[in-house]
Amino acid sequence: MPTDVAIDERIKEESFFSRMMKRPELGAIAGVILVTVFFLVTADPAMFTLAGFMNFMSPAAQLGILAIGAALLMVGGEFDLSVGSMVAFTGLFFGACVVTFGLPLAIAIPATLVFAACVGAFNGQIVLATGLPSFIVTLAFLFILRGLSLVGLKWATDGSTQLRGVRDAVEGDWLAPIFSGEAFPALFTRMAEAGMIDTFRNGTPKVQGIPVEILWFIVIALLATYVLQRTPFGNWIFASGGDANAASNSGVPVRRVKLILFMVTACCAALVAIITVLDSGSTDARRGFQKEFEAIIAAVIGGCLLTGGYGSAIGAFFGAIIFGMVLIGLTYTNIDQDWYLVFLGGMLLIAVLFNNMIRKRVTGER
Amino acid sequence: MNSRSEHAPIVHMDQIEKHFGNVIALAGVSFDISAGECHCLLGDNGAGKSTFIKTMSGVHRPTKGKIMFEGREMNFGSPRDSMEAGIATVYQDLAMIPLMSVTRNFFMGREPTKGSGPFKRFDTATANEITMEEMRKMGINLRAPDQAVGTLSGGERQTVAIARAVYFGAKVLILDEPTSALGVRQTSNVLATIDRVRKDGIGVVFITHNVRHAMAVGDRFTVLNRGKTLGTAQRGQITPDELQDLMAGGQELAALEGSLGGTV
Repeated sequence: MPTDVAIDERIKEESFFSRMMKRPELGAIAGVILVTVFFLVTADPAMFTLAGFMNFMSPAAQLGILAIGAALLMVGGEFDLSVGSMVAFTGLFFGACVVTFGLPLAIAIPATLVFAACVGAFNGQIVLATGLPSFIVTLAFLFILRGLSLVGLKWATDGSTQLRGVRDAVEGDWLAPIFSGEAFPALFTRMAEAGMIDTFRNGTPKVQGIPVEILWFIVIALLATYVLQRTPFGNWIFASGGDANAASNSGVPVRRVKLILFMVTACCAALVAIITVLDSGSTDARRGFQKEFEAIIAAVIGGCLLTGGYGSAIGAFFGAIIFGMVLIGLTYTNIDQDWYLVFLGGMLLIAVLFNNMIRKRVTGER
Repeated sequence: MNSRSEHAPIVHMDQIEKHFGNVIALAGVSFDISAGECHCLLGDNGAGKSTFIKTMSGVHRPTKGKIMFEGREMNFGSPRDSMEAGIATVYQDLAMIPLMSVTRNFFMGREPTKGSGPFKRFDTATANEITMEEMRKMGINLRAPDQAVGTLSGGERQTVAIARAVYFGAKVLILDEPTSALGVRQTSNVLATIDRVRKDGIGVVFITHNVRHAMAVGDRFTVLNRGKTLGTAQRGQITPDELQDLMAGGQELAALEGSLGGTV
């Protein structure tokens, strides 16, 4: 047999378009364009000013941080339905650290992240040790953590389900600006003075800075993409989700990979909890309600397959932006807000059908 | 037994026994493999072929018996141990992930890196180059290194798995029924690959229940039946019919011979 084989004449040259079709995040990018066009036509032009942009990016970012965690875990072949409850639970932990125990943020924030990682690891350990579907194990934790948040809040506040006083407790803490408020206020003031951005009548800019959660969202999306695409660990995530057995036969430490992913997902929830608790100055038991589903939907819109082994963090990034745009965008239109839910379900259905088609193309199934 | 004494075997499995509870899967099987030979392991379903190769590749620990690797006694605790020693196994399910690219599959678990510390990253350019090159050596021209494995044919996937094992320095390559699910042309490609690998000085353990495939490339033939070896034959010392008889345990097939017309 010759070592040089002629190029198989039965393989057609691939067009740029069909190569693009194979990127997992394509659907989400197309969705962003579609939604943008829709709101350009129907919404008040105020939506696409700088202030409007920050308005819809803020909730998108909070959801997006969760969605990127969920997307990594889904690529790794597992689900975590407890992230919404995890936001409430770690929010309680964080609130209690700051208010009840009066800890500085430099201790409270790492403690909260470590605590979240431990809960995530516990979750993951049960899934891995029993071999049960993560769907059912984390569904149990959806209720357990929500319940514990309620009980814990009542215990910490003597009967209330809301813990206040966070803002006073963190007043003047040097770490607070990194996790709350707006970044680069000086820059925005300067731009306002130069007349580059809109200002109120007294000269203060309408947008005082970039809300920190947007920066966290972008940084986490880039980091997750880098890990997935450019590190051995990223390859292990794809392998563990694609076929855990094959991966472990090839020497991939599948259990470790999945355990780390559960911990990362929990830490993403904790980060969202920290940001939102600092932002609102209080924590309550309903925080993060149903966010687990929205996060998973954003990940699916972003191209993650429910079966694992395929997807992208950038996709989840755009998936979350679609959410933010629709949630906030509807308020700029005359359309009834409650269409949001219809849209959400419709989007999910289209995304799943689309992903299914893409998967067949990628694997060459016929 | 060891007529090839000029070549010390790479792996020598001595009187391997494996019990699962009260089931005796292997009742004292001896087997060896030397560099540059293709040793076929034949047997019908349930003969213990799979258990035997899993013992060799570190998935199972033998209940009794010794595994000698290059003259030293080895105690494989996991597939990783045997892989590191140089025993690579290509399972029937191939340990390939259809949704991942050929490159990502090729280097799965053993990714080349560049940079150091927190900037240590998967060297995709080198990985792609090596993958294309190794596949070309095996006679497969990939469209692109990021082509998903799912788009390859069964024979091509088999070849990726073999090329991967060879690239990572396998001294012994265990192929678990590589031809059982393939068509005629793809089978001949895989057999040609086995031949090529053998000529590079790698010992190939070829598990099959197809006598014709075994006869095409095998140097030696060992037949397993009900957890025991029925003997090892050199190439040319045995006819396909005799091999077929041995595999089926002799008598049973003889009784069927009439009705089947010798076509098994």
